[in-house]
Amino acid sequence: MVSKVKKSEYKVIGTRPIRHDGYDKVTGRAQYGADIKLPGMIYGAVLRSPHAHAKIKNIDTSKAENMNGVFAVMTAKDLPRLTDKQRGNSEESGSEKHLSENVMALDKVLYKGHVVAAVSANDVNTAREAIKKIIVDYEVLKPVINVDQAMDKDAPILHEDFIGDHLGKKVKNTNIATYNRYKIGNVDDAFKKCDLVVEKEVELQTVHQGYIEPHSGTAIWDEDDRVKVWTSTQGSFTNRDSVSKVLSLDVSRVKVTPMEIGGGFGGKIPVYLEPIAAVLSKKSRRPVQLVMSRTDVFDASGPAPGGKVIVKIGVDKNGKMLAGYADIRLEAGGYPEAFIEAAAKCVFSCYNIPSMDIEAYDVLVNKPSSAPYRAPGSPQVAFATETVVDEICKKLDMDLIDFRLLNVAEKGTRTALGPKYRKIGLKEVLEAAKKSDHWNSKLEKKSGNGKVRGRGIASGYWFNIGEKSAVNLSLNMDGTVILTEGSTDIGGSRASIAMQAAEVLGINAESVRPSVVDTDSIGHTDVTGGSRTTYATGYAAYKAAHMLIDEITSKAAKIWDISEDDIKYKDGIISSRTDSELNMTLREFADQNPFGPVVSSASVDLEEAAGGFGTHIVDLEIDPETGKTDVIRYTVLQDVGKAIHPSYVEGQLQGGATQGIGWALNEEYFMSDDGKMLNSSYLDYRMPIALDLPMIETVLIEVPSEDHPFGVRGVGETPICPPVPAISNAVNDAIGTRILSTPIKASKILNTLKSM
Amino acid sequence: MHPFNYYDPRTVEEAVEVLKKFGDRAKCLAGGTDVLVQTRGERYELDAIVDVKKIPELTSVDWTNDHLIIGAATPCYVLYEDPKVCEAFPGIIDSASLIGGIQIQSRASLGGNLCNASPSADGICSLIVHEAECVIAGPNGIREIPVEEMCVGPGKNAMDEGEFLVSIKLPLKNSFFSSSYERFIPRNEMDIAVAAVASSVSLENGKISSCRIALAAVGPTPIFAEEASKMLIGKEPTEENIKNASNKAKEIASPISDMRGTVEHRKDLIEVLTRRTLSKAVERVSV
Amino acid sequence: MSDNNVRKVAINTTINGQEMDILVDPYVSLLETLREVVGMTGTKEGCNDGNCGACTINIDGRIVDSCLVLGVEAEGKNIETVEGMATPDGLHPLQQAFLEEAALQCGICTPGFLVSAKALLDNEPKPSEERIRHWLAGNLCRCTGYDKIVKAVKKASD
Repeated sequence: MVSKVKKSEYKVIGTRPIRHDGYDKVTGRAQYGADIKLPGMIYGAVLRSPHAHAKIKNIDTSKAENMNGVFAVMTAKDLPRLTDKQRGNSEESGSEKHLSENVMALDKVLYKGHVVAAVSANDVNTAREAIKKIIVDYEVLKPVINVDQAMDKDAPILHEDFIGDHLGKKVKNTNIATYNRYKIGNVDDAFKKCDLVVEKEVELQTVHQGYIEPHSGTAIWDEDDRVKVWTSTQGSFTNRDSVSKVLSLDVSRVKVTPMEIGGGFGGKIPVYLEPIAAVLSKKSRRPVQLVMSRTDVFDASGPAPGGKVIVKIGVDKNGKMLAGYADIRLEAGGYPEAFIEAAAKCVFSCYNIPSMDIEAYDVLVNKPSSAPYRAPGSPQVAFATETVVDEICKKLDMDLIDFRLLNVAEKGTRTALGPKYRKIGLKEVLEAAKKSDHWNSKLEKKSGNGKVRGRGIASGYWFNIGEKSAVNLSLNMDGTVILTEGSTDIGGSRASIAMQAAEVLGINAESVRPSVVDTDSIGHTDVTGGSRTTYATGYAAYKAAHMLIDEITSKAAKIWDISEDDIKYKDGIISSRTDSELNMTLREFADQNPFGPVVSSASVDLEEAAGGFGTHIVDLEIDPETGKTDVIRYTVLQDVGKAIHPSYVEGQLQGGATQGIGWALNEEYFMSDDGKMLNSSYLDYRMPIALDLPMIETVLIEVPSEDHPFGVRGVGETPICPPVPAISNAVNDAIGTRILSTPIKASKILNTLKSM
Repeated sequence: MHPFNYYDPRTVEEAVEVLKKFGDRAKCLAGGTDVLVQTRGERYELDAIVDVKKIPELTSVDWTNDHLIIGAATPCYVLYEDPKVCEAFPGIIDSASLIGGIQIQSRASLGGNLCNASPSADGICSLIVHEAECVIAGPNGIREIPVEEMCVGPGKNAMDEGEFLVSIKLPLKNSFFSSSYERFIPRNEMDIAVAAVASSVSLENGKISSCRIALAAVGPTPIFAEEASKMLIGKEPTEENIKNASNKAKEIASPISDMRGTVEHRKDLIEVLTRRTLSKAVERVSV
Repeated sequence: MSDNNVRKVAINTTINGQEMDILVDPYVSLLETLREVVGMTGTKEGCNDGNCGACTINIDGRIVDSCLVLGVEAEGKNIETVEGMATPDGLHPLQQAFLEEAALQCGICTPGFLVSAKALLDNEPKPSEERIRHWLAGNLCRCTGYDKIVKAVKKASD
């Protein structure tokens, strides 16, 4: 691995300490969602719809209720009826009614696996046996399972009562939840001036985040009507908000304790089981735990939208981009929100295009309601754009990197949704790619064993959100610092946040002890998502650390009876600027401070963190007899702003790239015509295994963000954007033709080769 | 899941007794890698699960003068960690070392693979090309059937109620014989065959004196491609002869399209894999 | 709760060196037995059908997916889980290497990887990268892309 991190002016930032929560995680002590066991706890199970689209005519729960060992049975009638009021959390939106009905269907099921009833019982198996005794009378309807079917004028309508927003117009009886258009300049005129226009359409199948830990929910509804929830979530406050909405309780009546989280990638933002556990608890007078099976996770938790994207780009004879057009149609699933605005924001994000026209459709289909998946919307559009860019380079016989540099987006470039970029680092990334060992290595097009090889390159972008975070600090008597925060830690963020506080305080990373606490114990903190955690919660830690120094300064001044202005704090040493006799370590200060606890508390509400850009280079080997593709070399280059803990930054780049490789080559929701996912197991969903990959080389480019004191800009999501087009471009390089639908699986490659 | 009781008989007779008592409400447990998944997935309901691993014959590997007898519940690793078995039965070892991952190979057995009768089973084709025989115990005593008669449909085997597989008998071959198994999977491990082929050949005086080709995941059961096999007998193992047999195997394959592969892809793969396994078997004889 | 008179079974087993008598339903997995009966939740459930390796444990020297073993099959066996890897002297070299190499992100697959990798190094002290990747093929990780896991196993073997 090449880590071109400049020698740092920092003491803690940029080093690689052992993460604070690591010891619990390598010894099996760390408690994840399903690991919490409460006294007297019983277990729940849910009944799921076998149909993708059906009306619920009647539910008979009597047989289940009478079963030995069953405590309670619930249906959607046990949930309050909510309105169309919109919610507006980060990466979690839509109406309250839809939120509730996605948890449990009321009168209509909209995807296979949609929950229709639930049971609590003294053990898991009894609960599962009991749900089999619930009889549901369905009127089965024809499902729509892709954007073409859903947008057809005769399509069955998912929501008869739903009003779509089409360019601001209210439209009834439509599966298009939203149709938006974003325009910059006069695109028609601009296309007329172009010497070359290339248009491509790509199609993507639905894919899943694939986190190894299934969803769970554990809850107690107590006699004071307070609900305590233990769950694996990306955002305990968002979770609290959703649970309280579904149960129509004030947020203060719900307390969410986040457990360790076994992966999320966006998929652990929505609630599924928590409100059900709460209602079952109320009815059973016991704590209740529910856990999804792997099949449930595939069938009924939010995947990433499939769909179709058309991109058209026009250039002049020198290769300068003049105009861009995109048509983006993404599957929202059973309820609205397929991140089309994010997709529109990302589609031309890597380039400086003066005139743009983007049409985007949020399309309802009979699949599970989609959830964010690492840069939601961006990988789908990157596939189209980077294919077109590759094709233009071929047509103009231009170097793939030089062409990108000629059109590169940089500070001041206007983006599709209007604002201009602040300081960004795509140019630096592309220049590093051009100099990289991988790009300059020769790839033999034919291997000795009859296989053919190809190289591909593609760029990608994510805008890295900001939002709200809070951090509390407290100085221990031994000079160490307790840090409490609300960002659930999916990949080392306790460490990256603590390191920022440690840097300010001039103490080592190990001397700051971070804890992720429950919603009663910290200020509102938005989800661990949008690549915001190290940026925003880290910023709050930075602020809190400065405030803690102010506290220390003020109390030290009192101890020495000198002016606060005379106090200097540096590297954990408190001293007088004027009297060299007066100095003490933080530990000495903490031990003798008689002026009460030294604490601080800070919060932030940040704007977006001036986007992250990455470029990936991939070498493939294809067996032309079977169509089998193997990735033989892979390099990720990304502007990471500032790598706080480089190992975990590299890990984000490697993990994102690997998910993208899976998306490109094998992963898909393989649907039956009646709307059932047929491959809802790890066996048949085929995520990459250790043997499928080479080492993933990473090159960290550090162009500090202007919006963060250490230059952090968020890194987690960008790396999933380039792999699909990079691999598709490499396949084209190897076999001389493009396969523009994911997954680019062996049968498609072989078919393509045979038809040539 | 419907709750079931656990039985662990110590003799073949005891096992037959329990199986007879519960009829189709009982199944044998060897490695559990299929039966536990299926009963949990509610493919069937069981009242009894019969753990056969405590019956000595079920987990032993014995050499006789003319056979290797593998207990039906012998885990895969026992075979591929035994140099003598590796030397004598390369195709079987190809199979045993790629069923699932290491964890699965600690438990899964060729006998279980055979009883499960999956069309895409990795173990069965190799057994077919090695002319294995199944030793079946039941209420009427012991009977033997050729392995290619064991699978009668997807998930269905030829055993009657109360019967179970005790062991697999592999005839010993001379040094002019070898075999090979190869499957196509989209990943590099931990996958189910989209299509797979096992081939065995005997080479005498430069000519093929015996040949067996078996195909997986291209029909309701693993297929003994007899016609394709016969084409090579008496012929030299030339590229052209092998190609012709492979094309015949492709003709014999009658797959369906499903989430794991298409008809066309599977047929194409059969041709490629037949060619590759025949060449490999020939090469292994020559080495 | 049974229609067919299913009774719990008493078994004697040794888990991480500690011999114990436990009572299990004959139809529950060893994974569920460890987590719900013994109270050891270090072994994780990812799929419950043998395709992710999160529940990997070691029985008598061989790694298995504990979701595909019945609890009753633990009778007389010697079982090792992630909880048994560290000793009073400290972490196992693999645990230390996983921490130093940042070989875990969310950490849910980590117990399974550690138990698998330990079995590899117990038998083959110096495995190649290819061999490590082959051995760990039964363990899914969705966060790391395996790169740092492979490096950590290498490091622990040095």
